[in-house]
Formats: sequence, structure tokens, C-alpha cells
Amino acid sequence: MFSDYSLAELSSIFLMQGFAGLILFSVFVLMALGLAIIFGQMGVINMAHGEFMILGAYVTYFTSQLFLNYLPSLFGIYFFIAMILAFLASGALGMATEWLMIRHLYKRPLDTLLATWGLSLILQQVYRSVFGPREVGVELPSWMMGSLPVTEVVEVQINGLFVMGLTIAITVAVALLMYKSSWGKQVRAVVQNRVMAGAVGINTEKVDRYTFGLGCGIAGVAGSAFTMIGSTGPTSGQLYIVDTFLVVVFGGAQSLLGTIASAFTISQAQSTMEFFLSGSMAKVLTLLGVVVILMLRPQGLFVIKVRR
Amino acid sequence: MTTSAPTSGRTFFLRPQDMIGIAILAVLLVVILPLTLDNFRLQFVGKYLTYAFVALGLVLCWGYAGILSLGQGVFFGLGGYCMAMFLKLEASSVANTKIQTTPGIPDFMDWNQITELPLMWQPFNNLGLTILAVILVPALFAFIVGFAMFKRRVGGVYFAIITQALAAILTILIVGQQGYTGGINGITDLRTLHGWDIRTDAAKTILYFVCVGLLIACILLAYYVKSSKLGRILVAMRDKEDRVRFSGYDVASFKVFVFCLAASLSAIGGAMFTLQVGFMSPSFVGIVPSIEMVIYTAVGGRLSILGAIYGTLLVNWAKTSFSESFPELWLFGLGGLFIAVVLIFPNGLAGLWQTYVAPRLGPLFGGTAKRAVPSPASEPAVPAAPAVAE
Repeated sequence: MFSDYSLAELSSIFLMQGFAGLILFSVFVLMALGLAIIFGQMGVINMAHGEFMILGAYVTYFTSQLFLNYLPSLFGIYFFIAMILAFLASGALGMATEWLMIRHLYKRPLDTLLATWGLSLILQQVYRSVFGPREVGVELPSWMMGSLPVTEVVEVQINGLFVMGLTIAITVAVALLMYKSSWGKQVRAVVQNRVMAGAVGINTEKVDRYTFGLGCGIAGVAGSAFTMIGSTGPTSGQLYIVDTFLVVVFGGAQSLLGTIASAFTISQAQSTMEFFLSGSMAKVLTLLGVVVILMLRPQGLFVIKVRR
Repeated sequence: MTTSAPTSGRTFFLRPQDMIGIAILAVLLVVILPLTLDNFRLQFVGKYLTYAFVALGLVLCWGYAGILSLGQGVFFGLGGYCMAMFLKLEASSVANTKIQTTPGIPDFMDWNQITELPLMWQPFNNLGLTILAVILVPALFAFIVGFAMFKRRVGGVYFAIITQALAAILTILIVGQQGYTGGINGITDLRTLHGWDIRTDAAKTILYFVCVGLLIACILLAYYVKSSKLGRILVAMRDKEDRVRFSGYDVASFKVFVFCLAASLSAIGGAMFTLQVGFMSPSFVGIVPSIEMVIYTAVGGRLSILGAIYGTLLVNWAKTSFSESFPELWLFGLGGLFIAVVLIFPNGLAGLWQTYVAPRLGPLFGGTAKRAVPSPASEPAVPAAPAVAE
């Protein structure tokens, strides 16, 4: 399959596809970060994660409409405000979900899967009734449009670069929050030993609620970033949920570094193969590869050694 | 888990209350429904019953052995596709497909410039081989997946996610390989089974009764497995896997077996679906149908063999009547059902029956339906409910 292309062509193909893969990687990382916190740390399978993301996307869409109609002079910066609103909206919905549903199910992880799937169906229908079944897209501010030439044949889009930068910033922020702040320490203590954490005076219920809210809020930001590179419909979230779970499991559920590494591997494999094979075969081969590796190495790529 | 002691009149693998339950179901399906429903509605029931095979497999696999598979649609689909391939080959005889560039191959292959029958399709010229394939191909697939995972002690959540990924993979593969599988439309335009036209009303009624017969046979098989030593090991394994392992049992092999059994049951359902509905498409394979099949089981009661059948019928009946009158509301209903069944009644309809109805019926039948004894040392993960008759 490589013989039809010259070496120079091949290297630009890999560069272009590599960049396309990096955008996919950003989406994966943003979605998987929230899930890694909820699933990896708390052990809750949140099948509605995609819908939390889509909520962020719709919030962004509405903010962009508001700015377009009432504050056109500030349109260039609407995205930053939209992102904060998306985080707050998804986070609030997440905390409400935790309070009403998840906290009754911590001992039954498989049942969280069913219940959150039900939640995702309800949210999808809510989006469909409220926002209509059609996909919506946001208008990009002018500074985000266009592309930067890297070489004569390779150029990269600015919105893609922006999303990547955003991904890096959020990842660093989450890592700092989880591993450097005292709140992150509390979260990790609750995860490792709930009873002992409670005994030393940590309010475990509160920690649970805020952790779940944080995971959902990051999903909202992911949705916000997602509008920069694609359009949003009521069922867009469901398209990514399986991939995202595979990313988290493949990376080793409790390791943030693993999540990032596996998002990178999966997205690069998929987008490179997409150029040479059909899109569906690239996806099949990628997913199949991940499943086979998981069968051989169920603990995932990175494992944190914990004495149980 | 308690089952009634062998001394309480139990000479057979069925307890008296199980026999009553099966008899009531049989009367309902064989006599009452055919007499009260018109042909059109009866065919709907026939379609729902094919999902009941999957629900039955899930009771054994999920309820008893604690293995939640979110990929049962894969096996339903494999069974359905095997049957559809046979019927399609019969429908595309040389005489029927004269106008194609290559007569004698299915029409979608001709549209995709395939000029000879692929090797994968060759065995499906023979009905005997097809029936074998319906049962064995999904079991083999389940064996490979189950063996690889259970031997490495992967279970629970991880197993669920990986089976879900498999459902996604198979759907994408079927849709992508249009020339070999019929793509997103699936395999359509099926006509005859060994020259017998399956599209007429009379044939559909006969197929309905065949389906009911097979279902009851499978129910008996499930009861047999449940009451055998194997069934008890499965329950023990679900509740305290390590203890069973330390007692010298090969836990993984039991899991592989029950997963394969569930796969074969689902595949029989899939094959009956193809026969009754007349087509098979990837929309019955993917993530959404697979997880809906889990909810049938959960609504009926994950620990109750007969409950799962009623759960399937009820959810599908609700789905059909809701989506006829209020299509927007159905997803709210289904979503609410998922949440309610998990939060409010985790043992499903069967659990409600045992708590509220059975104790009152007990005296009427001379105490055959004993009150469920709450078993003391059970995991909170799966609330204990000794299976008493439905």
C-alpha cells in the first residue's frame, strides 16, 4: 500500500494525517480526562458522559448566538466565556446526577452503567425536543479561521491548533489539581480507602459529589472545544462514548498519564490508517487492536501499583 | 442461595411451582395470544419472543453467573445473519437473478462488482450446515472472547466495556463490507425456506408456533442448568468467586461455558427473527440493541427465567404502543425504565411478584409458592432472591 507514493509524499501524508490525528487526540483526551476521573478514580461507569459533553457544546452554541446578536464587538473572545459557562452547566448537572442517582449505586458498578445509559437516553431526547434534531454549528471568530503553512504541501488549521493548546492547558490544570492540591489529595484518599478517609475527617460524600461534578464539567469543556472542529447534534455524544471508554481502559484506568498515552496511540493509529484504508476499516482495525491488546494485558498500558 | 430441599417432592429438575409457571406461559403463548390477537399483532409477539431468547441467555450469564455482557446483539446478529445468508442464497437462484451480470449470487454482491460467491458464504448453501452454524459460530466466537478474558481474570466492568466494543466493531465491519454483508441495509428480500414461502400469513403463524416451541425448550434447558450442580457453582462464583476458586473449581471454564451457552441461545433467537421478520440488518447488532436486551432482562428480573420472558414481552409491547402514539415520549420512558429498574426495583417484575403477590397466593395453592426467604449472607451487589415460581 505504500508503493504508490514517493518518499517525500509519504512523509507529508504522515505529517498531515499525524496532525489530523492530533485533533482527534485532543477530543479523545478532553473526553477521556473527565471519564478517567469518574471511572478511573470513582469506579462509576458514566455512559451519559457523551451527553454531558454535548451539553457543553450546546451552551457554547448559545453563547455564540448571544454574542453575535447583542455583543458583536466582543465576539472574538466569546469562546472563553462559553467555556466557563459550559463547565459550570455540565458540572452542575453532574452534581445533581450524583446526588439523585449515583450515590445510591457506589457498591453496584454495573448498575451505574444501566442507570446512566437511561440518563443518556433521556438527555438525548431532551436535546432533541429543545434544540431540534438538526446539527448546529458555531461561527468561529475571525482569528480562529484559516491555516498556517508549515511546508509547501503541509498546512495546519488554526482552530485545530487552538484546540490542541486548550487540551494541553486543561490537562496540566487537572494534573495539578489531582496531584498537587489538597483537594486532589482528598479525592485520592477516598478512592484508595473510603472508610479510613472518612475516619480521618474527610467528608467523603462531599468529595464524591465534587469529583463527579469536576469530571462532568471537564466533559462540558470538551464539548465546548468540540464545537470548534465539528457540528453538534443530539446524538453526537454517543458516537464517542465507546472510543472514550476504550481509551481510558487501554491506558490503565487509574493513570492520567496512561490515558493520555493511549489517546495518542489510538488516535494516531486511526488517522494514519484512514488515509490508506477506508474509514470504517481503519476504525475496525484500531478498535480490534485495542481489544486484542486488552485481552493480553487487561490492566492496560500504565498501572499504578497499589497494595490492596 | 437456597433452593428447596430435594425432599420437598422434587423428583425432577423442575419444582412444582416452576412447572406451573411454565405451563401458564405455554398456555398464554400457544392458546390465549393466538386466539385474541389478529395476525399482524401475533407477528409482533413472535418478533418479541426472539428477543426473549437473548434475555434468557442473559439471566444465566448475568443473573446467575454475574457476567454482564453488553454484546449479546453480536450473537443475536451472528445467528440471524447465518440464517439470512442461507435464505438469501436460496432466493438468489440462477433463475431468479438472470438480469444480473453474474447470475446466482445475491443482488448486493452483484451491485458491488463481486463476480463469484465468497468462500465465507459457501457453507450456507446447505440447511444442515446453516443450522449448525447458527448454534456453533456464535458459541465459537464467545469461546474465543470468553477464554481470552476469563482466563486472565478479566471480569465485571471491563468485560462489559470490551463486549460493548465488540458490538461496535462488528456493526462497523458489517456496514463497511457492503459487498459481503449487504451493508447498512442488511440482507433483505428473503423468500423461501427449502421452497416453502415464508412470507405468507400461514407460514408466519407456523413460524410463530415453532418459535414458541423452541423458546419453551430453551426455558427447560435453562431450568436444567440452573438446578444442576453447574448452576449452583455459577451462583457461588458470582457471590464469592475466590472461595470457589480456592475450593478447587476452575472458575474460568464455568464462565466460558455459560457465556457460550448464552451466545448460542441468543443466536437461536436471531435465526428465528430472520425467519419471522424476513430480513437481518446491522441495526440489531450494535450497542443500542445490545443494551436494550439487557434492560428486558433487568425489567423482568435478572434472577428469574420466566420473568425475563415477561419482561421482554412487556418492554417491547410498551415500545411499540408508545412509539405508535407518542414517538417523542418513548425515549423518556425507556430511559426512566433503566433508572427505575436499577434504583427502585433491582429484582425486576419477578422481585415485585415475590414480595407482594406470591405470599398472598401461597395459601390458595396449598403453599406451593413459598414466601421468599431472604438469604442472610449475600453480597449487596446482587440482592438475594431465591427463584420462586412466577
